Amino acid sequence: MSTQKLRKERIDRGIKVRSDGLYALMSLRELSYLTLPRFVLIAGMLSLPFLMPDMYWQRVISIVCIYAILALSFDFLAHYVGLVSLGGAFFIGTGGYVAGILNSYYGIPPVLTVPLAAIIGGAICTLMLLPCLPLKGVYFAIVTLMYPLFMARIIEAFDLFGGTDGLAGIDSFSSAFAEQYLVICTVLIFLFGLRRFVTTDMGLIFTAVMDNDQAVKASGINITKYKALAVFIASSAGCMAGACLTHIYMWSGISQFALDFSILPIAATVIGGAGTLAGPVLGCFILVPVSELLRDFGTLRIVFYASVLVGFILFRSDGIMVFMQRKYEQFERWTKI
Amino acid sequence: MNQDMAEPILQMDKTSKSFGGVQALRDVSFDVFPGDVLGIIGPNGSGKTTIVNCITGFVKPTSGRVYFKGEDITGRQPHKVADLGVTRTFQIMRPYYSLPAYKNLVIPLFSPRAKRTGGWRGGGRLGNRQTIAIDILEEIGFERDSYIPFKKTSTLPTGYLKRLELARCLALKPEIIICDEVFSGLSMSEIASMVPLIQRLQDEGITIVMIEHRLRELFQVANRVMVLNFGQKLTEGTPTEVMADEKVKEAYFGSEEVEEVMIYA
Repeated sequence: MSTQKLRKERIDRGIKVRSDGLYALMSLRELSYLTLPRFVLIAGMLSLPFLMPDMYWQRVISIVCIYAILALSFDFLAHYVGLVSLGGAFFIGTGGYVAGILNSYYGIPPVLTVPLAAIIGGAICTLMLLPCLPLKGVYFAIVTLMYPLFMARIIEAFDLFGGTDGLAGIDSFSSAFAEQYLVICTVLIFLFGLRRFVTTDMGLIFTAVMDNDQAVKASGINITKYKALAVFIASSAGCMAGACLTHIYMWSGISQFALDFSILPIAATVIGGAGTLAGPVLGCFILVPVSELLRDFGTLRIVFYASVLVGFILFRSDGIMVFMQRKYEQFERWTKI
Repeated sequence: MNQDMAEPILQMDKTSKSFGGVQALRDVSFDVFPGDVLGIIGPNGSGKTTIVNCITGFVKPTSGRVYFKGEDITGRQPHKVADLGVTRTFQIMRPYYSLPAYKNLVIPLFSPRAKRTGGWRGGGRLGNRQTIAIDILEEIGFERDSYIPFKKTSTLPTGYLKRLELARCLALKPEIIICDEVFSGLSMSEIASMVPLIQRLQDEGITIVMIEHRLRELFQVANRVMVLNFGQKLTEGTPTEVMADEKVKEAYFGSEEVEEVMIYA
């Protein structure tokens, strides 16, 4: 056994340092270093509908994107506002039902129902979550977990909106192409929009609420207002995803309140990297297709799926995104101590 | 200063607060006049911080009233009290640890009050918040040249965090700052540099209420001192009057030969 001790040293790559701040404008190389990851993501996502071999996988793309929007909204709420929300299913279900009702009762076309569902659904979710906003951490998580169960049972018990059969015969999007590009663009807009938003002055308020809400109160800022705003942003994203789901399946029903929609985004956030916003999207692009590929194994699927998750939590708990970012920005070498 | 001339800016009227069976405050009344530096002293657990919490709305008094400029602010929400210009620091500092120091000030500068008043120096207009934040920090002693305003708050020493607490109040263009033990946990030299800062704020017309254990430094800045013991007001007066008061000596030390001890405190 060698007694020599080695330590891994991480040093920023020269190009990373050179592309910090204004210096990035100096040369094309620095500029492309900065834009390459973003370009790969955008180009990759936009070309996905062409790369997929058949209808089945094209449909998977849409589902991935719907989960990705949910994961984004979870990551934003949990790591930028400090509200750990298990209400993904609540958002999806509310958005899905709003879109379904608008379409089948009032005949509004999908072009309008999706944005309307985002706004109306977001408002409904925010209003219903308003009493829970003073709660923090695990208490908020538990309450938000109750909401989808509660909504599903109410619809079932009072036989509202078609009861257990749900609302069938809802219009689909005009083409598979329109459907995929709508969800892909929504993911991209929310991803880059939120990334920009959290660094603005108003975005800082959210981080401050997460860090220390007493100090925000002492600064003369109404924290309930900002928490409600954050919940509105996150829930309208979720409701928009739900509306897309309704139109994709041409049906909305109580299975849209299924807890999958609450749990999978969290798993994706863990795998992708918490607090990176891009990470959860990446996580969805891994988890959902993996779960599709494992369909042949029947019920064993869950075992594989769970092993992947446990593996990630044990060995790469900071997430793929953080890992990749480190590799992109720094190099490592062994040094003697 | 001149108590006959002015209306009190802050008034506490027979305020009591009990937490379950513990009576933290018992019928405490006092007035603060514009331009005052009022020191509140008392042994540990005598209810000093509860007074701050009652004024700023962090707890609701069980009975009694609090007035700001004649307006009843009892039990108002903390952000509404702060919006009036009644600001406070926290005894246990509450910065936003994940942000750089200057971004800590972006939050108060984003508040409705700062937008209305334009921040500490602003004449009603607010420019780029991050620039203003750095200016405020530099003015209260963050060295801009050594990039201290840009450092992450979690890496800053206590002295800077205490100043950051004050800076958060100043960003709101306060009428009153209630300092909850700004000297505690600081080294002698840090305190020595803090005293002129307090005096400067007083010169700018900000009314200051200081809760303090460091009597020597407090008496340099305070023009009136109130003593609390077991949630009750013991006495009130100028620093020299309070120092000479037998009841105060007893509350603090329970003995007679305290004079030297108080001088070296």
